[in-house]
Amino acid sequence: MESSAVMESSSLLRWILLVPLLGAVINMIFTSYRDRKTAGWLASIALAVSFGLSLWIWFGLSSGTVLNDTLFTWIESPPFKVKMSLLVDRLTLIMLLVITGVGLMIHIYSLGYMGKDEGGVRYFAYLNLFIFFMLLLVLADNLLLLFVGWEGVGLCSYLLIGFWYQDHTNTIAANKAFIVNRIGDVCFLLGLFLLFWELGLKGIWTLDFVELKSHVHLLSTGRITLITLLLFAGATGKSAQIPLFVWLPDAMQGPTPVSALIHAATMVTAGIYMTARLHFLFALAPATLAVIAVIGVLTALFAATIATAQNDIKRVLAYSTISQLGYMFLAVGVGAYSAAVFHLFTHAFFKACLFLSAGSVIHGLQGEQDMRKMGGLKSYFPKTYWTYLIAGLALSGAPLTAGFFSKDQILWQTFSHGSVLLWFVAWGTAGLTAFYMFRQFFMVFHGECKVNDHLRAHIHESPTVMTAPLMILALGSIVTGWLGLPEYLFGSAWDHWLEPVFGTQVNGHGGVLIEILLMLLTVGLAAGAIYLAYRAYSPPWVGGLPYRLALNKYYVDEVYDSLFVRPMTRLADWFAQIFDMAVVDRFVNGLAARVQASSFFWRRLQTGNVQHYLLYFLAGTLFVLGYYLF
Amino acid sequence: MNAELITFYILATLLIVSSLSVIFQRNPIYSALSLVAALFFVAVLFLTLQAPMLAILQILIYAGAIMVIFLFVIMLLNPDAREPRRFLWWGFGSLAAGILALELIALVIPRGAKVWSGGGAVGPDFGSPKKLAESLFTDFMLPFEVASVLLLVALIGIVVLAKREA
Amino acid sequence: MLSLNYYLALSALIFAIGVMGVIIRRNLIIIMMSIELMLNAVNLAFVALARSHGSMDGQTIVVFVMAVAAAEAVVGLAIVITVFRQRQTLDPQEMQLLKG
Repeated sequence: MESSAVMESSSLLRWILLVPLLGAVINMIFTSYRDRKTAGWLASIALAVSFGLSLWIWFGLSSGTVLNDTLFTWIESPPFKVKMSLLVDRLTLIMLLVITGVGLMIHIYSLGYMGKDEGGVRYFAYLNLFIFFMLLLVLADNLLLLFVGWEGVGLCSYLLIGFWYQDHTNTIAANKAFIVNRIGDVCFLLGLFLLFWELGLKGIWTLDFVELKSHVHLLSTGRITLITLLLFAGATGKSAQIPLFVWLPDAMQGPTPVSALIHAATMVTAGIYMTARLHFLFALAPATLAVIAVIGVLTALFAATIATAQNDIKRVLAYSTISQLGYMFLAVGVGAYSAAVFHLFTHAFFKACLFLSAGSVIHGLQGEQDMRKMGGLKSYFPKTYWTYLIAGLALSGAPLTAGFFSKDQILWQTFSHGSVLLWFVAWGTAGLTAFYMFRQFFMVFHGECKVNDHLRAHIHESPTVMTAPLMILALGSIVTGWLGLPEYLFGSAWDHWLEPVFGTQVNGHGGVLIEILLMLLTVGLAAGAIYLAYRAYSPPWVGGLPYRLALNKYYVDEVYDSLFVRPMTRLADWFAQIFDMAVVDRFVNGLAARVQASSFFWRRLQTGNVQHYLLYFLAGTLFVLGYYLF
Repeated sequence: MNAELITFYILATLLIVSSLSVIFQRNPIYSALSLVAALFFVAVLFLTLQAPMLAILQILIYAGAIMVIFLFVIMLLNPDAREPRRFLWWGFGSLAAGILALELIALVIPRGAKVWSGGGAVGPDFGSPKKLAESLFTDFMLPFEVASVLLLVALIGIVVLAKREA
Repeated sequence: MLSLNYYLALSALIFAIGVMGVIIRRNLIIIMMSIELMLNAVNLAFVALARSHGSMDGQTIVVFVMAVAAAEAVVGLAIVITVFRQRQTLDPQEMQLLKG
């Protein structure tokens, strides 16, 4: 992305993209619906190929090089031209490794988790299709292609949330996700149009990232603010921020590996990726960045408080995801793109691990998701217990885990950016995070077992095909953090790696001492919260007003329902039953009746008598002749 | 008033009267005979326009061939001469035809106001069989052949049409 | 002085008479005769214009018109015969099968 970067052509890139698509197509068309095993292996192998290619590129990519692969010209309308063209720089490469790497783990896990499901073949086809669109999103070298991927992952998300479509609530959840996302997507599209139009007015018709970067300075700040706000509105839909976060908890109706892959590790981070990709644009709009930071931190706090009171094992994690995404947007808002992407990266590992571990528990308990009916499961799930603990510690920010380094970096960047209030809220949220995480942990694995006797006989640890990915991801939850050590230790390999994309990050002022102090504060808070959770994982304020508010998700769904959904459906009803019948139908029917009546009159002209026709013809001739004569 | 003009007036009057007679006679036989007369007067008009060959052809083909067929058909079918005449319809038709005549005259008068003195502009053999044949077999060779095909097709067509169903 | 206008005006009159005959008469044979009248009116105009322009082309066209007229007359009359056999009438108003 750096203008000085060397563009290198590589036809390898298209295969990263096309192999999962091929897998999806083969599974959709050729695999028999009973042949789940083949479908699963096919999908996993397709993804493994993509992962291998990504690794290969990672090893081969020298500093300052940008890879490029043009497949064909999509739209050509001079001077405007959109190419079906892929681009890999270091930011894209990170996303590639996350998507294909974590995706591969989840595919393998799915072999065990979805192996006995009726629609297994369909499931793997969707999963591969999702990977294809997600890769398209991050590989795109222009905004329009990115938007194609953006919509594509939305579609796959919809298909997978409503995967068990026989259950009506799942379909409703899928619809909700799709419709809420649509609101964001419309904003995104408007932003895209506006950007295209405003640049076009300056004589530059392009949506190409490289060209955008070298030309956006032509636009006025006001316009850029509007454009970036619209684009960010799109991101709030896809990345589940206030006010459009409501779909993500409901999205947990889908299969658990889907929650891990789409609604934790990859798709929901598309908004962060988009803002990071367009950082040169957002950097020109300080007002937008402030909005992003505030929305991010508010979302983080808001979702974390809700998570403390939830009883569904997956919903806790869903709100936790929203909260962590809020952290990432906070980092974007204070201009720390590198930290945002770093947290995205580590979060992908530990949140995927958490979801899959939760899935392992749910699988072992035959679909039970209510934490109040669990407890004391440590002895039943020896492997899952440890992976859950490690990932949970990473999420809570325990020292030396991945979440510790990445979250700490965001907090420090926020503080050094000068926003003490933002830092304070984010710091408090870190405590809440540790609390709800360990409240869940203790509720599930410790204490007395509340599983009923009938079910207890059948509790079993998951097979190796599921636990192996868990262990790999748990390992990742620790070691990935070491890529981005703070300045006062060994310096961040991460920031250095991303320098060609974002430029040199200003690492704040204030000095090492304050940084260490803040870090200790955070760790202390988290430790206290964990202790609190251990002492009373059924908190003492249960039943109080704040608890009830959090339990009911602050009634956001109900507010949206009465503010938007119900007036809308009532309006639709009115249109359908009153307006349509009284106005549209009557207009159309009346028109038809008038036409028929006039036809009854005019049909008398058709006497069938040739001489009459001749007279009409003569009259016409006379008229035309007379017109030309006089 | 010179002789040419007088001749024209006489011929024009006769032609118009016989034409009107064609369309106003109740009996088709009388109509046909009036048409023969009208065609004859047209032939004479051709002569005044230095088209002797066409005048002869006019009489041969129309009066000699086509009209014979007409009379033959009339006698073959012997149709009922009584024909309902509706006043309103006749009014419409006459009005339309009158307007048509006026418009056509208004159309041709400004464009055709070319005066020629009798026989001055063209050679003495204008309209002779030789001249006509020269034109027909050089410039209009292809249309001539096509016309022969047309006549052949018409010949076959009427045989098919008029033959009683077996 | 005799001018082209006389002939063209006469031709227009005869043509109008032919049109009138086609419209008002209710006998197919007389309608066909009226068509012959119209053709002759056109022929007259052609010959007059040929004389005026001093070109033989107009006269040649008349030969073709005659050929077409002959074909038209015989085919038309054959159709009239066929129709008469079917419906025992020559009145076009009795032949209104395609009415709205």
